Amino acid sequence: MTELFGFPIPVILGQLLLGLVNGCFYAMLSLGLAVIFGLLGVVNFAHGAFYMLGAYGTWALMNFLGIGYWGALVLSPLCVGLLGITLERTMLKRLAQVDPLYGLLLTFGLSLIAEGFIREAFGASGQTYPVPELLQGALNVGFMILPIYRVWVIVASLMVCMITWFVIERTRLGSTLRAATENPQLVQAFGINVPLMVSLTYAAGVGLAAFAGVLSAPIIQVSPLMGSSLVIVVFAVVVIGGMGSIMGAILSGLMLGVIEGFTKVLYPEASNIVVFVIMAIVLCWRPNGLFGKG
Amino acid sequence: MKFNCKKTLLAIAVSMGLGATFTANAGNEVVIGDIDDMSGLYADVIGQGGIEAVKMAISDFGPTVLGKKIVFLSADHQNKPDVGSSKFREWADKNELNMLLGGSNTGVSLAMAKVAGEKKVPFIAVGAAGSSLTNQDCNAYIVHYSYDTTSLANGTASVITKEGGKSWYFLTADYAFGTQLQDAATKVVNANGGKSLGAVRVPLSASDFSSFLLQAQGSKAQVLGLANAGNDFTNSLKAANEFGITKTMKPAALLAFISDIHSLGLQTAQGLYLTTGWYWDLNADTRAFGKRYFEKMRKEPTMNQAAYYSATLAYLNAVKAAKTTDSDKVMEELHKLKINDMFVKGGYIRADGVMIHDMYVMQVKSPQDSQYPWDYYKVVKRMPGEEAFGPLSDSTCPLVKKK
Repeated sequence: MTELFGFPIPVILGQLLLGLVNGCFYAMLSLGLAVIFGLLGVVNFAHGAFYMLGAYGTWALMNFLGIGYWGALVLSPLCVGLLGITLERTMLKRLAQVDPLYGLLLTFGLSLIAEGFIREAFGASGQTYPVPELLQGALNVGFMILPIYRVWVIVASLMVCMITWFVIERTRLGSTLRAATENPQLVQAFGINVPLMVSLTYAAGVGLAAFAGVLSAPIIQVSPLMGSSLVIVVFAVVVIGGMGSIMGAILSGLMLGVIEGFTKVLYPEASNIVVFVIMAIVLCWRPNGLFGKG
Repeated sequence: MKFNCKKTLLAIAVSMGLGATFTANAGNEVVIGDIDDMSGLYADVIGQGGIEAVKMAISDFGPTVLGKKIVFLSADHQNKPDVGSSKFREWADKNELNMLLGGSNTGVSLAMAKVAGEKKVPFIAVGAAGSSLTNQDCNAYIVHYSYDTTSLANGTASVITKEGGKSWYFLTADYAFGTQLQDAATKVVNANGGKSLGAVRVPLSASDFSSFLLQAQGSKAQVLGLANAGNDFTNSLKAANEFGITKTMKPAALLAFISDIHSLGLQTAQGLYLTTGWYWDLNADTRAFGKRYFEKMRKEPTMNQAAYYSATLAYLNAVKAAKTTDSDKVMEELHKLKINDMFVKGGYIRADGVMIHDMYVMQVKSPQDSQYPWDYYKVVKRMPGEEAFGPLSDSTCPLVKKK
């Protein structure tokens, strides 16, 4: 009764919960990627770097300006979003008419530059960021000791995911946005500033990555490579969910986090490849991803 | 556009070829190489700091040896064994490399050690921990300089087991280094009347350690053996604190560097036991080196950065004594040498290639005990070299058996 696959139920429940926390990060990051790809057609390889910059922004705000976690939660994504607008306006925009491969190469290059710059400035071992006072401590949920901060990660990221989904799928702004990607000339003819919308969308996408970065700062070492070790997994998540599908990105992010969590118990050595195995299976079976349109 | 691309590539290829021709020396240079992780998770352990340390050693020795200019090359192996070994091969073939310093990552160093045997180029492994380099994978051109999995385990694991930490569970980096370190520690734990309750093998650079740590906690072991390094070590210790695991299990760092402790902060790292071959605040000599290094890098050197300095000097002294750069003769001198500098006193290189020197078991100070910047460790135990590295008769290196 107390065992499942030879593991005690409390262990399984604990891993499920931790998988969900990681899934939240996957969901937020893949959501940003899906928004950018779905609406701009850009394969944003710099997503991991923006996530890393979000975390470094949090650390820098605290260390250089004395601004704490809650301020950083707003300011860091905002700063990274502004950086995103600058890059979109000065570089990515010029690649709108050519093969998406060029955008991929550009963003990959940019992420290498960002990582190199941060490594030169602050070193490779990274920085420690404290858990904010309000969220310190842990809950005893019976089957495990759950740090309050991890609960906050689940709440905050699910909220942000839902808001993003709602704005894009259910509001007038979202429908204009989707129309602008289908037929920019026509939407522009209605007097809507399409280039501005595109810039803001890119900013929102990378802002989401930075938000995930802020959330992760207190739980992992803020290091230059924190993004690059995550971005490949997140790409796989987006492919599994269906490129450009908003809900697909959120759901597959959460789901894969949980599956990966179980793998860590059943066969830990495979935990870093399980997502890619699933990707291969999904691609054979449904080339457009689980939630992708026909 | 495409034509231009091709042209550019061609130009790069040509200039690279030319570069190689220009750098090839006609026997009037002594070429020292350094292949290390310059951009990955171990970049702070040696990386740029190692390059600086080698430059300091070359300038301290004098810019020439046997009247030849000392040339220094460095490259990033990106933690990929194939990148490391092919760079080594290229330098051996085209640049007449005389000695290679091996940076972090046992996997890469094992690949480069094979090339050293093939090309007959002395290879001083500094950052790699895996003791197989001087056991089953040994050859006549390998020197293992700073520490190895045996000495690390003989330090931390033996002190903690003797203090009552009898049951262990390991969090192991899933490659040659982690598994060798775990094996060595398990041996020491068993020998001291303890036992290992199991291990979880974690892929390198995992993004989250909490679920692995929960498994460790489930084992009810007293000691959490961290058989990993760099950011993997810092992230796992951080998560262990967050999940309250350090309240029930005593964490043991099987390989931690001062750069890790600095980045974690004393608040998180305090009380931790670790083993090191060198610490900047041991004596006047180490402090003097620390001060010089600090002026350049704005941080104190790790044991491996100090070892880079020492290994470079040892090699140059051996060349001077041998009066030639001939690999076999230099290796012979290296094995005869008594190494005395700020890194080691009375160090010597054994037949299997291990550089025997004292090791220190340290405990990380609490923020209250730390009096000045980088005052992080207190010495728990000084282990004489023979105790740390074990007897030569334990070595499975064929070079030993022949004698």
